[in-house]
Amino acid sequence: MLQLMRYLKPYGFTIVAIIILILLQSLADLYLPTLMSDIVNNGIISGDTGYIWKMGGFMLAVSVVGTIVSILASLYASKVSSAFGKVVRHKVFSKVESFSTQEFDKLGTASLITRTTNDINQVQQVVLMILRMMVMAPLMCIGGIIMALYKDVKLSMVLLVVVPILAIAILAIVRIAMPYFKMMQKKLDRINLVLREGLTGIRVIRAFNRTSYEEGRFTESNKDLMDTAVKVNQIMAFMMPLMMLIMNICVIAIVWFGSHRIDANDMMIGDLMAFIQYAMQIMFSLLMMSMMLVMIPRAQASAVRINEVLDMEASVKDEPAFKQAAAKPGFEATEAVIAFDQVSYTYPGAEKPAVENLSFTCKQGEVTAIIGGTGSGKSTVIQLIERFFDSNQGEIRFKGVNVKDWSLDELRGNIALVPQKTTIFSGTVAENIRYGKEDASDEEVREAAAIAQALPFIERMEQGFDTMLAQGGTNISGGQKQRLSIARALVRKPSLYLFDDSFSALDYKTDAALRAALKTHVHDAAMIIVAQRVSTVMHAEQIIVMDEGVIVGKGTHHELLQSCEVYREIVQSQLSEEESA
Amino acid sequence: MSKQMGQDGGKVGGPPRHGGPPGPGGPPGMMLPGAKPKNFKATLNRLLGYLKPFRMRLVIVFLTAILSTLFAIVSPRVLGEATDVLLSGWMDKFNKVPGAAIDFKQIAFILAILALLYVISALFGFIQQFLMAKVAQKVVFQLREDVNAKLGRLPLKFFDSRSNGDILSRIVNDVDNIANTLQQSLTQMITSIVTLVGIIIMMLTISPLLTLILVLTLPVSFIVIAMVAKQSQRHFKNQQDQLGSLNGHVEEMFTGHTIVKAFGREKQSIEKFEQMNEKLYGSSWKAQFISGVMMPLMSFIGNIGYVLICVVGGLQITKGTISVGDIQAFIQYARQFTQPIMQTANIANIIQSTIASAERVFELMDEEEEQELAGAGKTLQQPQGNVSFNHVQFGYAPDKLLMQDMNLQVNSGQMIAIVGPTGAGKTTLVNLLMRFYNIQDGQITIDGVPIHEMQRSYVRSLFGMVLQDTWLFNGTIRDNIAYGRANASEAEIVAAAKAAHADHFIRTLPDGYDTILNEEASNISSGQKQLLTIARAILADPPMLILDEATSSVDTRTELYIQQAMHNLMKGRTSFVIAHRLSTIKDADCILVMNQGTVIEQGTHDELLAAGGFYADLYQSQFANGGSGEVEMEMTEYKG
Repeated sequence: MLQLMRYLKPYGFTIVAIIILILLQSLADLYLPTLMSDIVNNGIISGDTGYIWKMGGFMLAVSVVGTIVSILASLYASKVSSAFGKVVRHKVFSKVESFSTQEFDKLGTASLITRTTNDINQVQQVVLMILRMMVMAPLMCIGGIIMALYKDVKLSMVLLVVVPILAIAILAIVRIAMPYFKMMQKKLDRINLVLREGLTGIRVIRAFNRTSYEEGRFTESNKDLMDTAVKVNQIMAFMMPLMMLIMNICVIAIVWFGSHRIDANDMMIGDLMAFIQYAMQIMFSLLMMSMMLVMIPRAQASAVRINEVLDMEASVKDEPAFKQAAAKPGFEATEAVIAFDQVSYTYPGAEKPAVENLSFTCKQGEVTAIIGGTGSGKSTVIQLIERFFDSNQGEIRFKGVNVKDWSLDELRGNIALVPQKTTIFSGTVAENIRYGKEDASDEEVREAAAIAQALPFIERMEQGFDTMLAQGGTNISGGQKQRLSIARALVRKPSLYLFDDSFSALDYKTDAALRAALKTHVHDAAMIIVAQRVSTVMHAEQIIVMDEGVIVGKGTHHELLQSCEVYREIVQSQLSEEESA
Repeated sequence: MSKQMGQDGGKVGGPPRHGGPPGPGGPPGMMLPGAKPKNFKATLNRLLGYLKPFRMRLVIVFLTAILSTLFAIVSPRVLGEATDVLLSGWMDKFNKVPGAAIDFKQIAFILAILALLYVISALFGFIQQFLMAKVAQKVVFQLREDVNAKLGRLPLKFFDSRSNGDILSRIVNDVDNIANTLQQSLTQMITSIVTLVGIIIMMLTISPLLTLILVLTLPVSFIVIAMVAKQSQRHFKNQQDQLGSLNGHVEEMFTGHTIVKAFGREKQSIEKFEQMNEKLYGSSWKAQFISGVMMPLMSFIGNIGYVLICVVGGLQITKGTISVGDIQAFIQYARQFTQPIMQTANIANIIQSTIASAERVFELMDEEEEQELAGAGKTLQQPQGNVSFNHVQFGYAPDKLLMQDMNLQVNSGQMIAIVGPTGAGKTTLVNLLMRFYNIQDGQITIDGVPIHEMQRSYVRSLFGMVLQDTWLFNGTIRDNIAYGRANASEAEIVAAAKAAHADHFIRTLPDGYDTILNEEASNISSGQKQLLTIARAILADPPMLILDEATSSVDTRTELYIQQAMHNLMKGRTSFVIAHRLSTIKDADCILVMNQGTVIEQGTHDELLAAGGFYADLYQSQFANGGSGEVEMEMTEYKG
């Protein structure tokens, strides 16, 4: 929480203003009882009507000032807290945008979304509360004590006894209740989880006739939640009456001791009345602070999560002295576009490397296919080229320059990726394709769509390229999404295409047509296709077979059928014998 | 409280809204058909029904709440008396009345009474909240239980036609809202009203004139509240809208992170975010500010009242019509005056939102349940797995039939392959076989017995099901496999895992069978998940099977394992396979070719090829080029 407060720094001046304003407001509030006691002491007892009127007007003026001041305080507090939210939101969002896949995997996409949205809102709310109330409570408390001392030092002894008692009582209850509050949140999460599982798995639950088992699971967590909720509320039931009782007893004490002071002529009757009001204000401010104390832990949890994001460093960054791609002179078309040289990569915390000693090259105008089982490291290869993370050993050269020496922008600007999981953004079809190249002309967009075999279905849509797509492309089919995602890559006209299992949702006809179109249109780029279907890879110039992170075969379909055991196995699992021959 | 409600425990089944078919178990006619959609009174009564078992406690709660408030209201007056005693003694002394002294005995007596009042008030306050905690939470517990039990009785149709989010929100948010009202607002309403009335009475007894002055400030307060509320609502709505679109952007960018990175669009994404963020800031501070203005304005109005009382009261004292103690008491009352007013003004809102929540919950409870025919309950001596469809008619909506007249005869041990393009309705067959949905006409029989004459649960126990969306829950791997059959022994679980080729990978996990699958079960791969669900089906050991071969996200070698495991599973059982593999189709005893919700062709591979119909086309288009043999049809998506 405190760590986040550094983002309030630019508003230091405004915050000081807020504190001053709130101080003025507290003073105005505290001044009213003093004026009242003056009315009692000087006006009422001596029967001076003029004085009463005069002081009344004065009270009204004080009250107007107090109101104006507190409205101003509210204005600045709202501005500062909203600005704080804005700044933190910006910091977190740009931080996350700098993250690499690795950081996303570590924190989880869903969790990152919550952190950027709900958690920041939560903290922003608390900052507002702090500025409005937290600042006010101590000021009221201190102001009240000063005024009380000013009115009568000896009588203030009563406060010396009562205030610590109240403070201890508040602390004790908060201490007892706090663990239960936390527990309750956990149990709420639990019951939500059970419910959600019950809903998503409804078919399985019914199929296995386990409805009553699920009900049992629910009842268990429901009961658990109820028990904790009862405890929490019973503890809280103790709190309010106790606080009120302590305060009221304090008033009685003040009246009792105060009347003796009056008897001894050490004090005026109006002062006693004012004193009671001060005591009330002091104790209410203590209560207010205790309420805040309950709020803070909730924001604290959010703050911790936000800080986790802010403290995390993107694992892949531009090297301080990256060479400009242009600085590498004379890239020849005959050279390898991408070259792996003894590359190994181990995921953080993993025992075994995901890929080990990879060496291969891809040339312009050629298709390199990578095939292999789950966990064989196919996708890791793609991610290494894109620099979603950096290799631990070896060198990957893009156009002859180590990828680490490229700026991320330029490197990625030369590559077009079609990922396994298609991503469609909300916007028109054309906008989605233009995502690959912002300034692409209508012709370019159209051409890319045509090569990607997307043109027929786009034209069938009522608004063609201007058709709005929903977030995640929920209004088109999986195959259509995949084709759009391919068109997006094509419009980029890069030197290297990466197809990460990108044809899986296409039927065979489209798959074949697409591969043929790619063949005729793409000459000046290299292509890497990761696939699981043999039919997708069998026509590639080079097939790389991966197994458990190492290359176990390299060659054409026919070469591999002869030489590579793993490849044969894969082929057999997919093709019937007469077809694989 | 309504007498007829809540007698059948929680299963309060009033007739459903909008003239639907009557729900089971509820007394009909309590709600007039065609009444306002938000039936306030009926819902309130029904909610009160839940409180009925606790009525004794509630009576105590209300009594203690009233008593606690009453004692709290009387105390300023008593304190004022102490002040008067003090003042008169002091005045006498001041005026040098002989023998004058402050009557400390009297003051001590009054203060003692006051202390007693405070203690009693605190005690009652405590009892009230303490009791209410249990009542509120128990009621809410019961509500949740009832809703959940209801979910167990609802047909699949219900779940397919609604989003999980909506259902969850009713059970979680709405029930929570009710809980809060019960815990806090309910007693607060009572105490506020009692306080308000009590204070007014006390003030009237002190001084009708001062009371009038104070009451005159009330309309001003209301106007201010109304004005501020109207303004702030507008800004809050803006804030909410902008927050919504900003959250949408965050969600979209984060889920599409790979693409954003790969295409170097971070800058544009941040720019767009900045614009939204700036807008949000604008509406956010305005909303906060305007709602923050409420408090100072209210306290200003309060202060005007305070000043007026001081002045007018002071003048009256000088005239001797009122005592200082009275003024002191009056000021205390005036200070307490605004809070209950605000609360009472809020009561209408709270009641409305609570009833709306309750209504949403009850709506769920009134949904039509799955019903068994009278006399359903036939069982099979030794299930063989002969399945037949006779003139089956079916459609998800009664007026839109998908299947007009489907006939099929499957003999024990046969394998039926189901093929067809996406959306062809392959899952419809599953839905019908498992009785997830009821057919409109015709008959489906197992070993000659129509399935609607058997209990749903019995029909389902005859089938094992391995679907493409592998459902695993947050628990150990052992528990997830054992889901197939309650009370399975450890040896049986391991044997099932072995048969499903899952044993090996399970043992490589750090905690073996005790490995806890996390919430999204992301700690094992999707292929491994599939193996676990196969193990689950093997453990269940059913006479018939429904399998989905789709293994889209699994690599070919794991797929091989899955294939073998499925093979093990199918041995000697009647199986319905949503087929994605040529070998499966070729081996099938019968292929059902589906399109647009119905079976358009059936026969063996060779027969269908010879017939030269839809299947032949499908086959040719997918196998003609490249010589691959995998029948790839787009992923089958399950409804809902």
